[in-house]
Amino acid sequence: MADLAATRLSDKEDDFRPAGGLQLAARQLLRNPAATIGFAVLTLMVLAAIFAPLISPHNPIQIKLSAKLQPPSAVYWLGTDHFGRDVVSRLIYGARVSLSVGLLVILFSFSLGVPIGVLSGYVGGRLDATLMRLVDAFLTFPPLLLAVAIVGLLGPDIQNVMIALGVVQAPVLARLVRASTLAAREETYVTAVRALGASPTRIIVGHVLRNVLSPIVVQLTIGFSAAVVSEASLSFLGLGTQPPQPSWGRDLAEARRFMTDAPWLFLAPTLTIMLAVLSINFVGDGLRDALDPRSWVTRRRATQEADD
Amino acid sequence: MALLEVENLRTRFATDRGVVRAVDGVSFTLEQGEVLGLVGESGSGKSVTSLSLMRLIREPPGKIEADKLVFDGVDLLKASESTMSSLRGGKMAMIFQDPMRSLNPVLTVGRQLTETLRRHLRLDGDAARRRAIELLEMVGIPLAEKRLNSYPHQFSGGMRQRVMIAIALSCNPRLLIADEATTALDVTIQAQIVDLVKRLTRDLGTAVIWISHDLGLVAGLCNRVNVMYAGRIAETGSVRDVFYRPSHGYTVGLIGCTPRVDRVGAPLTLIEGRPPDLIRPISLCPFLPRCAVAIDACNKTMPAMNTIEAGHAARCHADLSVFHQKGAA
Ligand SMILES: Nc1ncnc2c1ncn2[C@@H]1O[C@H](COP(=O)(O)OP(=O)(O)O)[C@@H](O)[C@H]1O
Ligand SMILES: [Mg+2]
Repeated sequence: MADLAATRLSDKEDDFRPAGGLQLAARQLLRNPAATIGFAVLTLMVLAAIFAPLISPHNPIQIKLSAKLQPPSAVYWLGTDHFGRDVVSRLIYGARVSLSVGLLVILFSFSLGVPIGVLSGYVGGRLDATLMRLVDAFLTFPPLLLAVAIVGLLGPDIQNVMIALGVVQAPVLARLVRASTLAAREETYVTAVRALGASPTRIIVGHVLRNVLSPIVVQLTIGFSAAVVSEASLSFLGLGTQPPQPSWGRDLAEARRFMTDAPWLFLAPTLTIMLAVLSINFVGDGLRDALDPRSWVTRRRATQEADD
Repeated sequence: MALLEVENLRTRFATDRGVVRAVDGVSFTLEQGEVLGLVGESGSGKSVTSLSLMRLIREPPGKIEADKLVFDGVDLLKASESTMSSLRGGKMAMIFQDPMRSLNPVLTVGRQLTETLRRHLRLDGDAARRRAIELLEMVGIPLAEKRLNSYPHQFSGGMRQRVMIAIALSCNPRLLIADEATTALDVTIQAQIVDLVKRLTRDLGTAVIWISHDLGLVAGLCNRVNVMYAGRIAETGSVRDVFYRPSHGYTVGLIGCTPRVDRVGAPLTLIEGRPPDLIRPISLCPFLPRCAVAIDACNKTMPAMNTIEAGHAARCHADLSVFHQKGAA
């Protein structure tokens, strides 16, 4: 009695008020505690970055050699660096650089990699061959080396670092999206929507892309973390953030020299980067699950097996 | 005027191994409101035939050719992609074997229903929603309004196929193609779905091409049957003709395994041997190596389509009247 079982099934779902798919997904995301915490932490970091001049206890670039390498205290909550600059203030201002690098890099690689991957996978044929040859050419270089080369070409500047990191990440994303699209293209539901008269654009955006969103989100969270860390490396090489401007990565790189004398100098940006990366991974995991209705409530699947 | 005219349809695929002639010279016509069965073993070209009719074969690697392919006055071979898009889901619709996979897993059932309604009938949000509820009620889904927000995995296989039927019939098509639509379902649910399609298409006057490898099921549903083998039509006729007066060695074999016409769901197959490789050119009857009733002529020439009586024809040399049941002319 499949029909009766299905009726009972839907009686239980009293929380199924009329809602769009997006609303349902958002509700699902908020039900995930790790994702909610991650989201809250990221929001705080973004707010801190925006309101940095208002909340910073000190000037992040003012040198005060009399106060150099001070351990954490009531005045300098997380101590000072070798120029006597307040670590807390540098972290708050550094969030501006690091978070924008992370966000803009994934935005850039998304808008470059996803269309290439989807087109390549869905259209196939000669377009696919051409695009993938290009993508593979980029993938043969070690990522950091490629980024260095691009920044070297464009000039050492934080905007160019973002462009370079985006260019480095886009091919990876394109490859992934292409593979997922190829798989989705062969699904019966894609043939079914074609049989219902959907246009190619509609199929790609509304059905294929919607189904490959989960792997994209996961890849983007990885990309964000990689961008924050790579910015550090490039800045360390003098290609990114120019001194005395603070950035988490730059400060971390400089702090390495004082690891034994002033461990707080090293720990503060490390933990901050870790916290940001962890938060974005939590949000990413939550998003991945929220975007896939099949993973929402396992209780229903169990009920449904009895029903078939 | 016939709703659909197919003459010498040929669909082939370029593959690494060579050209696969999946459909090779299929001809038939379908009248308004007629229910036509398409039976044959797996690999006989049933799906490729139906996908060709809707021009859903990817070209390349596929290639569709025909002397005539006219649906509702439209030449499908010359139709632009935008004409095809408005026909698909509008005047011609299709349901597939695997109801588990023919709905998009990440979109609500309501979304998938209203998407088609908006596209073809230009209904706005509210009207589409109301119509979607009506459609779900029409196919027997309880608590239809609530179910709009459910996702496919929250439905059983039978319920999902009902949803597919609701979507396929939502714009009142002239033709519904059901490709093994009940094969994945268990027998009771299968019978319910068959009844539903039968009732709805009769009420709406929709013509149906019902594809199945299950002869018994087709017998209970269709007016006419095309028996396919190796990408060709082996025999065509009314259900009575084909069942009581089978005139092709392959049909005889099929019926041998389906003892009673009124038994829905009887398993088919188990004619010894395998269908031919469709890459190799076919010069004699493709069923010959497996045929139990072959005669000398079969080793010499390819049989033409022989008319046995009006509306009943078979591509076979042998005289099979010994298999014909008495009193069932
Ligand atoms: N895209 C394709 N490329 C190559 N061969 C194909 C393709 N689609 C179908 N075929 C071949 O066409 C033949 C008929 O397939 P199909 O119509 O799916 O059979 P049926 O639906 O009767 O089981 C099979 O031999 C199959 O291998
Ligand atoms: Mg098939």
